Amino acid sequence: MKTDLWYLYEHMLRSRLFEESVTQAWYDGRISGEMHLSTGEEAIVAGTVLQLQGGDAMALDHRGTSPLVMRGVDLVLLFREFLGHPEGLCAGKGGHMHLFSKEHLAASSGIVGASGPAAAGFALAARYLRPGNVALAFFGEGAMNQGMMLESMNLAVAWNLPVVFICKDSKWAITTVSASVTGGSLVERARSFGMPALEVDGADVENVQTVAHEALARARNRKGPTFLYAPCVHPEGHLLGDPLLRIARHPLKEMGKVAGPLLKSVTRAKGSSVTKRTGGIGAVTSLIGKTTKMNILPQKDPLKVVRKNLQREKSRLRKLEDKVSEEIRVAVTTAMLSSETIERKGDLS
Amino acid sequence: MRTMTFSGAIEDALATAMAEDKRVVIMGEDVQMLRVNLFTRFGKERVLAAPISESAFVGAAVAAAMAGLRPVVEVMLVDFIGVATDALLNHAAKIEAFSGGKWQVPMVVRTACGGGYGDGGQHEQSLWGWLAHIPGLTVVVPSTPADAGGLMLAAIEYESPVIYLEHKLLADYWLDYLGSGGRKTVKYDIPEPGAKGTVPDRWQPLPIGKAVIRRQGVDITMAGVGVGIYRALEAADILEKEGVAAEILDLRTISPLDTEALKESVSKTGRLLVVDEDYRDFGLSGELAARILEARIPVKYERVCTAKTIPYNRELEDQTLPNTKMIVEKARRLIGSYP
Ligand SMILES: Cc1ncc(C[n+]2csc(CCOP(=O)(O)OP(=O)(O)O)c2C)c(N)n1
Repeated sequence: MKTDLWYLYEHMLRSRLFEESVTQAWYDGRISGEMHLSTGEEAIVAGTVLQLQGGDAMALDHRGTSPLVMRGVDLVLLFREFLGHPEGLCAGKGGHMHLFSKEHLAASSGIVGASGPAAAGFALAARYLRPGNVALAFFGEGAMNQGMMLESMNLAVAWNLPVVFICKDSKWAITTVSASVTGGSLVERARSFGMPALEVDGADVENVQTVAHEALARARNRKGPTFLYAPCVHPEGHLLGDPLLRIARHPLKEMGKVAGPLLKSVTRAKGSSVTKRTGGIGAVTSLIGKTTKMNILPQKDPLKVVRKNLQREKSRLRKLEDKVSEEIRVAVTTAMLSSETIERKGDLS
Repeated sequence: MRTMTFSGAIEDALATAMAEDKRVVIMGEDVQMLRVNLFTRFGKERVLAAPISESAFVGAAVAAAMAGLRPVVEVMLVDFIGVATDALLNHAAKIEAFSGGKWQVPMVVRTACGGGYGDGGQHEQSLWGWLAHIPGLTVVVPSTPADAGGLMLAAIEYESPVIYLEHKLLADYWLDYLGSGGRKTVKYDIPEPGAKGTVPDRWQPLPIGKAVIRRQGVDITMAGVGVGIYRALEAADILEKEGVAAEILDLRTISPLDTEALKESVSKTGRLLVVDEDYRDFGLSGELAARILEARIPVKYERVCTAKTIPYNRELEDQTLPNTKMIVEKARRLIGSYP
């Protein structure tokens, strides 16, 4: 296990800067559809993925970018995929929710909970074909209520599969505060399947790494699955352009769109009592308030947490940051240029 | 007459139904935010926030309907219905038949469908033919605000399970959420008359299983649903300049299919072109051909459908989903003879 903070920070920064470029391209309209970032999850990803070996597998959710970047997938291929480029990682056919890299045994899914069964299957294949290899499952706390996820945990225990279940708890599933639709504690729930369930601060990469090391060792030594529970924040909300964040950031402009019909529904005749109805508005504004809070928690930013410890060596830090920025700039420019060439060819034909 | 957006019409009709009938409840993920107006008006007992547990809450809706409620259960996107398929395939669809017709399941599954905004093939499917394949499931696909409200009311009043599909290019809030996210840098081919239009002053349930003619013509029948209707209308305008009068039949309900309306139109035109955003093979388009053949109506037939997994790349996506150009080309082939 490489515990060097500089090494961990470099990977986390590469992932963050890559996703910042993705964000820009998305706002520029060069990426279509939804875009779920993995920013805020970098410590969890670095603490686990950087310990993987050749032949290990990853089952990813809709935030697969960071795990793929840290696993070493070619950044140009990845960026091209987001642009829908025919020479992207998946020939432009998958997009950010459907990223696949066969050589890395990494598969994502936009179906919440699907990483559970996928990790179990990867682990099963590993047991027959690649003893000592493992499979990681990444998913959010919302996926802990999906039947197939819970069934996979039981399956992994029953079959003693080398899986590490990594639950990234951002507290939110789109606009729902997950605790409001979840019974009991997730850690206890996982433990009750008969596997160790370990809790760790998802903003603290060193701690994640230590705990993950233990989980991976268990899996590699045929001792079965482990559940890792790591709280984290999503500074961009659920997806880019998150409506709740839009309202929180530009209340006057965006709230107007919601407030009109909302107020109308409070004054309508039949329905529940007026106090209950104004309660509804309260619930909505309180959600928006919570979103704002989620958005302004810099001390939870895993990059800032590591960086603080590296600031002693200012010039080394600057050099590292310059190097990684340049690497991302080159990769993104290369990806963008190749896609422009294709667009121009398209114009001619 | 009032003017409403497609999604506004659904909401207004739902509000009408909920105000009149306390048994109508909404449940699903994020519904307290997605249906914030109904949540505000009717409270959390009638607009129930669900965990991401589709197999549980769709299954629960089936039994709740059996026991007297009128649930409108939401599965965000029809693609996610895979998780809840058992509740629909083996339960909702079977109870009435198994109970000898003595026990019914008056539930609505509301779900968004369709592509054209670059989200990839796990979030943009249509699946209406796939669902309608199952005896016991009723499947409706409105294409205008007026139909959206009228069919929602009808679906709630219906005594059997209805899958209600809401196309994302028509439902502005879905497109904003999944597509533009507030960006002005992306464009979509939104059929304006479908996204916004006039609706009746008072909602009346529309008959389920009744198609409507959107354009009259004598040379060729184009049949379909949802956004496909607008692509066909555009194609019809082009064909008109070539002297071809296309008739456009908006089926509105996939199952039960309005076979009579289809037969009537095709008897007149002798040509059938199916425009179907759902998958081509083993689905609605083949079913329409079968109905005409079974009725011994002589017909020349073509179809424009989605033949493969919808790719993420926007251009490839546009070439994969039915588009006006493909419809015009196929129509020309039908008007001439088969090559
Ligand atoms: C089966 C299924 N249901 C619903 C959705 C829509 N959806 C996408 S992400 C999401 C929330 C997921 O929450 P969580 O698992 O906590 O992950 P997070 O997005 O917070 O990282 C939902 C409901 C989906 N993609 N798949």
